Amino acid sequence: MTLESLNIAIALPEIFLLVMACLILVVDVYLPAEKRNLTYVLTQFSLIVALALLLSNQTDTRILAFNDLFVQDAMADVLKLFIVIISFGVFVYSREYLQARNIFKGEFYVLGLFSIVGMMLMVSANNLLMLYLGLELLSLCLYALVAFNRDNGNASEAAMKYFVLGAIASGMLLYGMSILYGLSGSLMLSEIAQAVTKAEGAQNIGMIFALVFIVVALAFKLGAVPFHMWMPDVYHGSPTAVTALIGTAPKLAGFAMIMRLLVEALGGLQADWQQMIIVLTVLSLAVGNIIAIAQSNIKRMLAYSTISHVGFILLGILAGTAEGYSSAMFYTISYAMMSLGGFGVIMLMARQGFEADNISDLKGLNQRSPWFAFIMMILMLSMAGVPPTVGFWAKLAVLTAVVDVDLVWMAVIAVFFSIIGIFYYLRIIKVMYFDDAVDTQPLECGRDMQIALSTNGLAILALGLYPAALMSLCVSVFS
Amino acid sequence: MFADLPLLSIVVWLPILGGIAVLLAGDKGDANGVRVLSLVVSIATFVLSLGLYSGFDSSTSAMQFVEQHAWIPAFDINYHFGVDGFSMPLIILTTFTTILVVLAGWEVIKKKPSQYFAAFLIMEGLMVAVFAALDAIFFYVFWEAMLVPMFILIGVWGGERRVYATIKFFIYTFIGSVFMLVALIYMYYKGGSFAILDLHMMKLTLDEQILIFLAFLMAFAVKVPMWPVHTWLPDAHVEAPTGGSVILAAIMLKIGGYGFIRFSMPITPDASHSLDWLIILMSLVAVVYIGFVALVQRDMKKLVAYSSIAHMGFVTLGLFVVFQIWENPANASGGGAALAVEGAMIQMISHGFISGAMFLMIGVLYDRMHTREINAYGGVVHTMPIFAAFAVFFSMANAGLPGTSGFVGEFMVIIASFQANFWYAFLGALTLILGAAYTLWMVKRVFYGEIANEGVRALKDINSREFAIMSILALAVLILGLWPAPVVDVMHATVENFLQHIAVSKL
Repeated sequence: MTLESLNIAIALPEIFLLVMACLILVVDVYLPAEKRNLTYVLTQFSLIVALALLLSNQTDTRILAFNDLFVQDAMADVLKLFIVIISFGVFVYSREYLQARNIFKGEFYVLGLFSIVGMMLMVSANNLLMLYLGLELLSLCLYALVAFNRDNGNASEAAMKYFVLGAIASGMLLYGMSILYGLSGSLMLSEIAQAVTKAEGAQNIGMIFALVFIVVALAFKLGAVPFHMWMPDVYHGSPTAVTALIGTAPKLAGFAMIMRLLVEALGGLQADWQQMIIVLTVLSLAVGNIIAIAQSNIKRMLAYSTISHVGFILLGILAGTAEGYSSAMFYTISYAMMSLGGFGVIMLMARQGFEADNISDLKGLNQRSPWFAFIMMILMLSMAGVPPTVGFWAKLAVLTAVVDVDLVWMAVIAVFFSIIGIFYYLRIIKVMYFDDAVDTQPLECGRDMQIALSTNGLAILALGLYPAALMSLCVSVFS
Repeated sequence: MFADLPLLSIVVWLPILGGIAVLLAGDKGDANGVRVLSLVVSIATFVLSLGLYSGFDSSTSAMQFVEQHAWIPAFDINYHFGVDGFSMPLIILTTFTTILVVLAGWEVIKKKPSQYFAAFLIMEGLMVAVFAALDAIFFYVFWEAMLVPMFILIGVWGGERRVYATIKFFIYTFIGSVFMLVALIYMYYKGGSFAILDLHMMKLTLDEQILIFLAFLMAFAVKVPMWPVHTWLPDAHVEAPTGGSVILAAIMLKIGGYGFIRFSMPITPDASHSLDWLIILMSLVAVVYIGFVALVQRDMKKLVAYSSIAHMGFVTLGLFVVFQIWENPANASGGGAALAVEGAMIQMISHGFISGAMFLMIGVLYDRMHTREINAYGGVVHTMPIFAAFAVFFSMANAGLPGTSGFVGEFMVIIASFQANFWYAFLGALTLILGAAYTLWMVKRVFYGEIANEGVRALKDINSREFAIMSILALAVLILGLWPAPVVDVMHATVENFLQHIAVSKL
């Protein structure tokens, strides 16, 4: 094997991030606490360079590397781009939050970078083993991050739950993968796909058996009902900075994992997984939207809202067409941006000794800061799917995709539950605009956060006014 | 002179950008700057929108001032504006009413005036866009977006139970409209286009038409609002600030009626035909039953809100009675259909003026006394004679006195209903009695009699600003009542074409 056949260049962003993560790990050890900012700057610098590397190396064909373990295609390019951008945003938002809580430590950034590498590997996996390793790299970092604020009881509880349930899900995934390997004799996605189309009789049943485990594992990782139990607790228990990390970019990686496993490898079993996903979708939409109404903690509410959004993403995927996949991707990207902004606002409101994670803490935000109340309003409207925000177009695209495959009743169910969902988003707007402020301390935050949060909110609005560019990007990926 | 300008875009975006400018001006300095800027923007928009009237060619039913650009190629959604005889008068009504609303909030609004005025300006642009949009999704975007400023307006500047009212308002309207969205997507999937004029031409089976019609009905019936989905309106009206009530009654309800004209009837003519009994029934219930409900109200705003529902019943009655007019064997010529539709349109415009005036009137009293209870007043004519004169005039118009615009539309619809069925006309005509009863009884209790209390004794008559608003509206009501021809003329060709279109089965 020569170095050329490894085709190392296409994995340059991942390699670079990995090296930087190791470097930061070492540098951080020798930094005195007051110079910890350097770790932050280095982390953001590596993300920017990774972004530049990604941008300079876009492709519209499929390129394989590392003995076909690693693939670069248009989908991977787009998803990685957004993973890096969104993670950059998470780090900007969380800096002051971490400082105020005395957990501004190097580990946050190192683990964060490793999890980003994990996500990027998942996105580019062309082999079951690669996919699994990427997933574990991501998950293990996140488990540790949830417990990052180690003196906090809630956080430890959340980490424990997350770890145990995550480990079960990984076990399920491995079990499904091992059956697939046994039946097809390969870990390569393309070879499995061939084996699936050739499978007949008992072998086909075996494949479906494996599929069940894989779908369950995917549902666990994405948080689709009835495998969603961990989400509210983890979202609630983690420090908000970590919640933001869990609740945004990993959804993009999760989307890629579904695409790689269900569509690329098990596309031949589409009729089978479509039915399973229909059940997951309806349940997620129902449970997510209804239970969110009862939440008084905004992070829990956002967790349930995530569950309902996962329902919408699955809705696009179950259509099983190129339009469906591109609409689900559009949805995932817009969702990641909205939820990034949502957690950003929570971190903006939080200060030393005060988490601002109750819905009532948002009371009278319009009096305290009209601008950020406006940003939060855009985010909530977008999550609710009210035009002119990007959330509306995401829902429209997904609904169009399911109507296209004659599943009008699924579209009706989806809009029915989104009506229920609108109530709790409106309640946030109500609290911000109609209630009087209880807490009158001025909001204080750095210029960087203000700019990032404003850009974030305005991007949601701008993409709502002109969604064509992002939409055609997503469409081009699957054409 | 307007030929080369994208006039519709300007009328849509000028108030929206103006609203953003007002927002950015903020409440740091003197509120006067914000008010003046808002007034200038709204007047400029109105003047520009008059260009739509002067440049309008009333001999054709084709869309005019058309602008079309690709917006989202992936779904073939276009930035597509254009007006015909239905939408042009409603656009001018919108721009006209916004000026009054800005004036009405002048010194009354103390809390965050910049946000208040900005919300109205942004809403103005969005509502004009709803009337002008010729792409279904483009329409839907504005249709939903305009809920947001209204939601904020009621919620922030509203009365006691504002939160309940505004959430009810938003959710009711939202429920109706999402099903319309599914219907639009379904038609896109069938026909491959979101252009409204393409949807008009699209073939659909009767079953499809009925489902699509019902989906549209959910959206538009809530907006009009028709009995039995009207319950959000009294709440929203009572809690909304005066300006919000005016816009709600004068423009937003019209968007429901406009939706029937632009979507339901042309896209699903056969379903409209086979379900016309349902709409006529709902309209007559609104006219008669809601008229009685209005009679027993103790809150002036609630009374006017119910009277709005009853008056809007005429709009839907006039639109859907045309099928029965054609079917009536005693009326072989089929005459009267155009009268019904034109009557419905005139009724919409006239109701825009009159209900706006009624709510402004109540606002004038409320600003002084901070109560809307009828019982709290009495003998206002002794302390506010000029105001009382206006109030009596508008109340007469609301009751449908000949010579005012309130009479014209109702009369046209009643006459046309006779061509369909005597009982429709009979029940519809009851409104002339009921309307007179509840409106005039309210006038009697509020304005006449002895001075009821010290509060009324201390009242000061309207100032020049209020006088200006009232006299402009009074003039509009009189002109439309005595000489409705200009408005009828601009829509005539469009109405004829509309009737021809819905007379042809799509099956």
